Amino acid sequence: MNQVIAALRKELLLGWRGRAQAMAVIVFGSTLLLLLSFAVGPNATALRQLSGGFLWVSLLFASTLSLAESFRQEREQRALEGLLLLGAHPAALFYGKALANWLQLFVVGAALVPVMIVLYDPGLSGIGRLLGVLALGTAALSAPGTLHAGLAAQVRAQQVLLPLLLFPLMVPVLIASVRASSLLLLGDPMGQAASWALLLVACNGIFWPLCGLLFGYVIEE
Amino acid sequence: MSENSFAIYARGLSKRYGRSWALAGVDLCVEAGRALVVAGRNGSGKSTLLRLLAGSLRPDQGELRIFGDERRKGRAALVAHAAFLYETLTGLENLQVVARFLHKPSGRADLEPLLDRVGLAKRGDDPVQSYSAGMRKRLSIARALLQDAPIVLLDEPYGQIDPPGFAWIDALIGQLRAQGKTVVLASHQVERLAGLCDRALLLESGRAVWSGSAAELPAAFARLEGQRRERMAG
Repeated sequence: MNQVIAALRKELLLGWRGRAQAMAVIVFGSTLLLLLSFAVGPNATALRQLSGGFLWVSLLFASTLSLAESFRQEREQRALEGLLLLGAHPAALFYGKALANWLQLFVVGAALVPVMIVLYDPGLSGIGRLLGVLALGTAALSAPGTLHAGLAAQVRAQQVLLPLLLFPLMVPVLIASVRASSLLLLGDPMGQAASWALLLVACNGIFWPLCGLLFGYVIEE
Repeated sequence: MSENSFAIYARGLSKRYGRSWALAGVDLCVEAGRALVVAGRNGSGKSTLLRLLAGSLRPDQGELRIFGDERRKGRAALVAHAAFLYETLTGLENLQVVARFLHKPSGRADLEPLLDRVGLAKRGDDPVQSYSAGMRKRLSIARALLQDAPIVLLDEPYGQIDPPGFAWIDALIGQLRAQGKTVVLASHQVERLAGLCDRALLLESGRAVWSGSAAELPAAFARLEGQRRERMAG
């Protein structure tokens, strides 16, 4: 547990030093939301209905930037290898990094919500609960995202490989997040959002222990 | 002596990168508290040997024991070509990261003496990306000293260090030996290290071609170079 805290502190410090990069990720996500609104055109109903989906697609694309960035410094001076040589447990390094990535993705997602509201006008009724779905969805994105970013960091074509590995795995998470978000934003008379949120909880229950277990095989020679 | 009584015991140690063998069947025994210099040309397998000893690489063949145990991580401190540092963190913060993983005191007052020891007391609050290559090397050495492992592996310790700093490296090796550490160095500075180490190993194309007393290393190295020149001429 001490090693997880040490790894998390290190990640938060690195994240704070690289906050300009986090800003760039938010700007990238906002730009995607803007471009997608242009693609739909001036159809207020369609924009409203697609708001949840476009929020998550923008967040998913933006996440590949921040996930890849989280391993850039580890690779430059082989810093991660240095920590492993100290006897640091790979799982502790994983959970520290995945928790920091979760926090960062949640902040990016929360920053994209007001942009989405301005561009797509879905209303403000379900915003509080949307943040809860955002927390669950970004958690389900950050655990496999961290694992695959670690895997992709071993090769040169990292920027191409990460989405190729990650996106197929994210399909159930994306469907559940989009459905839950859309129901919360557009109205949920049948109370279906809770079951989609439960699916996200189940994804987290599978991804977090499994990815922690596999991370050692991914980063060790 | 039995194999378990050595600080480092390796038998038939081999490592392959793709199809080429970086290290092929190297035998090595180092007693605790002794210093070994590993010499050889570029690409002879020195760095691979040190990374195997540190636990950074897994041998493809052979047996390797550290104090009689096959577990290696955390038992040897490695100063390698890559500095294992975070560029955007300061020198002090890099040491704090290491101290926290080692469950050691990580306050400024605890780590400033270490920065002072490696000559970085005035630059401890500057980000590593503003450091010269020599300063990175010094911080990397501070990182290894903080680990306080029984075995210290120094890969090209004089590399990137300015000539006045050579004497500091010499003194550091002496201090480590006085503390009872087992020291393994990979270096081209054969003349310099002949007087600082006990034993020597010469590698060529991943194979151990000579081993003996460190004092005899310069002569053995010169002999090997002469043989190589003859082969080239022939």
